[in-house]
Amino acid sequence: MEQYTLNLLIVGASFALYIGIAVWARAGSTSEFYAASRGVHPVTNGMATAADWMSAASFISMAGLIAFTGYDNSSFLMGWTGGYVLLALLLAPYLRKFGKFTVPEFIGDRFYSPTARLVAVACLIIASITYVIGQMTGVGVAFSRFLEVDKEIGLFIGAGIVFFYAVLGGMKGITYTQVAQYCVLILAYTVPAIFISLQLTGMALPPLGLFSEHVASGVPLLEKLDQVIADLGFNSYTGHHTNTFNMVLFTLSLMIGTAGLPHVIIRFFTVPKVADARWSAGWALVFIALLYLTAPAVGAMARLNLVDTIYPNGPTQDSLAYDERPDWMKNWEVTGLLKFEDKNGDGRIQFYNDKSESFAATAAANGWQGSELNVNRDILVLANPEIAQLPGWVIALVAAGGLAAALSTAAGLLLAISSAVSHDLIKGAINPKISEKGELLAARIAMAVAIVVATYLGLNPPGFAAQTVALAFGLAAASIFPALMMGIFSKRVNNKGAVAGMLAGLIFTLVYIFSYKGWLFIPGTNFLADTPENWIFGISPLSIGAIGAMLNFAVAIGISRMTDEPPQEIQDLVESIRIPRGAGAATTH
Amino acid sequence: MSDKPSNNVYWATNIRIVTVCLIIWALVSFGFGIVLRPLLSGISVGGTDLGFWFAQQGSILVFLALIFFYAFRMNRLDREHGVDEE
Repeated sequence: MEQYTLNLLIVGASFALYIGIAVWARAGSTSEFYAASRGVHPVTNGMATAADWMSAASFISMAGLIAFTGYDNSSFLMGWTGGYVLLALLLAPYLRKFGKFTVPEFIGDRFYSPTARLVAVACLIIASITYVIGQMTGVGVAFSRFLEVDKEIGLFIGAGIVFFYAVLGGMKGITYTQVAQYCVLILAYTVPAIFISLQLTGMALPPLGLFSEHVASGVPLLEKLDQVIADLGFNSYTGHHTNTFNMVLFTLSLMIGTAGLPHVIIRFFTVPKVADARWSAGWALVFIALLYLTAPAVGAMARLNLVDTIYPNGPTQDSLAYDERPDWMKNWEVTGLLKFEDKNGDGRIQFYNDKSESFAATAAANGWQGSELNVNRDILVLANPEIAQLPGWVIALVAAGGLAAALSTAAGLLLAISSAVSHDLIKGAINPKISEKGELLAARIAMAVAIVVATYLGLNPPGFAAQTVALAFGLAAASIFPALMMGIFSKRVNNKGAVAGMLAGLIFTLVYIFSYKGWLFIPGTNFLADTPENWIFGISPLSIGAIGAMLNFAVAIGISRMTDEPPQEIQDLVESIRIPRGAGAATTH
Repeated sequence: MSDKPSNNVYWATNIRIVTVCLIIWALVSFGFGIVLRPLLSGISVGGTDLGFWFAQQGSILVFLALIFFYAFRMNRLDREHGVDEE
């Protein structure tokens, strides 16, 4: 069967499954729409959380980020999993006990301040919208590569599917489609990785393969990888080449940001009990770890495979002739994500580190005039099955997996946005007397509008789409996480302290990011060059969220101590969320 | 209910468990994985050193153990202090 037909069949079947689930899991009340009636089993919720969390960035980009940098990008692995420890120990059980529907609602009630609630809504919407743009563009790219349709049409099809199950089913529909999407994406990620691990190391489990012997050479895989890339002038894979302080802060920012992202937090509102919220966070990390333990193996093995493809007889011998390049290179050249330029006109592909001064002499002696291959790091996972010459159905599965990762995260983000609009803005601020039916309708309309906006932004991505990670994690870390944590662990932090702290963290973080990346990410408006030499104390704009969070804590606690303590009923509220008993009663709204 | 002594003991115990868990959380990631990696460079693991293993694999496994331990320990603590959900 033709590859194209296979892709169409497998992607089509996965979409039919999502639609079937949507029809089965329609939402009939606001409780179903916002929190799936709090009837989701902790393991099921763990699986849905994993799909909600693992976006196009985790599925498509992360292995590539690690492959081309090695140890220095371990921050992504530790940061995006370590956040779950914070979530499980510091937030999830208490927010479940509080028993409401949105993150801003907790902040508004706990700090008895509509202003605090609105600041939280603003942070939530900015963080979630920037995040959703990346998912929508990811859908477009996956469609155009595997189904040979225009990016635009791909985007419309993806948006249509999300529209169907998210508007119809709300949290309930999204939960059960996310479970299906998790199964698709984890199969798609691990199956090629198992094949590749077997080919290179004889180990079936990729995480074990990473630390095993490379069969062809008889030396450990990582040692072999360090050798071959050193022969091409690259930094060693396992070595540490960046600023240690910045690496710690970057990891910490990703952790705090992960724990503060509203679309992840609201998933823990769907389980029946506080005890379930604790277990569920563990299950979520189990399902996430299956991918995150595989990713570093995929990265290292893909890097080694790439070098082997280009230098079939080793880096010191003749490289691959362009005319003899394998089919997968031809396929990806069409997309423009892989580019070859024969700089020295010898008809062969040279791929090495042409920025290394110490390697320049070797390159000149070889008659090389610059690295001739430009590989976009995002194609590594998608091209993996082709590089390893796996059967066609595996390639089709990876296409469906990439789409599942992007769609599941998009749906979760859209729900966080729409519930903030209908529950926090419309019911909370504009029209508190709205009926249950009216609010459900408002939630559906808000969801529909959010999808239209996300689709529009996916079609016309603003210049800052690539900076999503810095912005979304920075905002979540600097504004949302500290407010939630202080709301639970301190009875003394009051309305003034919380609002001042959130604004201080938010403004500080935005100013630092914009100083290097440009105001509102408009190129040329930055007044500091975005290079490591210019970063204050070596702190990159990506790492600033952790400092913003500390500032938020300091300001909030300082101002609270100088002003009145919260009223008795608020202190009682904090006491009540600290103990699980009575969680059932708290769900009635 | 805020003044019930058992609730205060319950909360103090919770804070102690959380603190210990977070110390381990920081030690395996920021510690063994990044800052203390040079100290562990003598211990080799599959072609590299123990710090690299912690950064790319070990820390995630410890995170998992911590969350499940916390859930197990807290659910028992809830029952001991009679604040579990009926």
